[in-house]
Amino acid sequence: MAKRILILLGTKKGVFIAESDAARKKWDIRGPYCETWPIHHAIGDAESGTIYAGGGNEWFGPAVWKSTDLGQTWTHSSEGLAYDAGEEPIKAVWSVAPRNGHLYAGVQPAGLFRSEDQGQTWIHLDGLQKHPTRKDWMPGGAGLILHSLVAHPKDDNQIWVGISSAGVFHTADGGETWEPRNRGTRADFMPEGQNYPEFGQCVHCLVMAPGEPDRLYQQNHCGMYRSDDGGKRWESIEAGLPSTFGFPAATHPRDRETLFLLPLNGDIKGRYVPDAKAAVWRTRDGGQTWQDLRAGLPQENAYFGVLRQAMATDRLDPSGVYFGTSGGVLFASPDEGDSWQPIAEHLPSISSVETMVVER
Amino acid sequence: MTNVIVVRLPGVLVDLFPGAPRRVEMSATTVDEMMDGLNRSWPGMRDRLCDTSPAIRKHINIFIDGERAKLGTRIPAGSEVFVLTAISGG
Repeated sequence: MAKRILILLGTKKGVFIAESDAARKKWDIRGPYCETWPIHHAIGDAESGTIYAGGGNEWFGPAVWKSTDLGQTWTHSSEGLAYDAGEEPIKAVWSVAPRNGHLYAGVQPAGLFRSEDQGQTWIHLDGLQKHPTRKDWMPGGAGLILHSLVAHPKDDNQIWVGISSAGVFHTADGGETWEPRNRGTRADFMPEGQNYPEFGQCVHCLVMAPGEPDRLYQQNHCGMYRSDDGGKRWESIEAGLPSTFGFPAATHPRDRETLFLLPLNGDIKGRYVPDAKAAVWRTRDGGQTWQDLRAGLPQENAYFGVLRQAMATDRLDPSGVYFGTSGGVLFASPDEGDSWQPIAEHLPSISSVETMVVER
Repeated sequence: MTNVIVVRLPGVLVDLFPGAPRRVEMSATTVDEMMDGLNRSWPGMRDRLCDTSPAIRKHINIFIDGERAKLGTRIPAGSEVFVLTAISGG
């Protein structure tokens, strides 16, 4: 059966969709959707074929948009997507994740919501607000944001979240209680001797190896890490990378040892690709060694960044890899990063990249 | 119908709620009641105009007879209420 490959782009001004067939040679771009709202994360639910887009704008606040016809028409809702009166109101939705018929949304200020009716209404899972450390979470430069949402592939009660400048947290009871899981990750910005706190680490992106909840990876503000026990303990895998700083991480759809990163030059050095030469870095051995992939990527005067959710792989074989830049360029590789080409240019700043493969 | 008012909605808002008109005639005595009335006709509209502080959203302005209003502001019968989006954003 013929396949359609959709790349879902959350941008500063709406959702765009790039579409191709399985050859992934020619791409059609359509959009913008969602009334050009800033969209932090757009995802496709492979089970239902529904596209969800979470974001918010300066005027009208947060919402999750939804399309059941692959982007042609959209509705939006935020019913229940709110904190109690008197608390700081929700500014925007930053991440959305479907799992077993549920839909999860991570928001700013950091919190987690679940929808049991495909995004129509939302229930606050308030365990993060009640966490004993909550009063000590300090927002980072972009705010206190729950940006990474990793649901256990089989156990609905287990979820990992990444909260900028608060760290990684795990729940085993569906969001009632949460445990910080940051042991082994460094916080360089803390005073000397306090660089390995229980919480307060600035996680930038948290991802799970395909279907394997024990194997997690994170790109952190201060290093790159792997965990082999669901985040209870982290080990640095930054040796061989050009920088300890970056935002996105993307796992291979089938190989737990393969990971893609796009390091940036550093937090106060401009946050663009090192030496203004673009490269995706790939490991095939769980982070022991790294290879820089540059074929087709600009090797001079490249001053873009790539945000935390703006890189993804597809599930074809070989896997496609995609990343979107702060300058509105979408790069694609049909061969697991060996070669690259820009497939869309002049888009608004790209916040997120996800893929969806549908049978025609 | 008592305390009939006219509400003028911005185009960028009615785009979000298919079928909503730019000019709405309704009954309300306060801005808060007006928001509830709008929400009854177009579910979700209150969320777009008010946050949960509760307050009118930071970048939304409500004007009654040329004066900027808050949620608790009373609306005299016959008033024309303008809902405007602030000049902000990027």
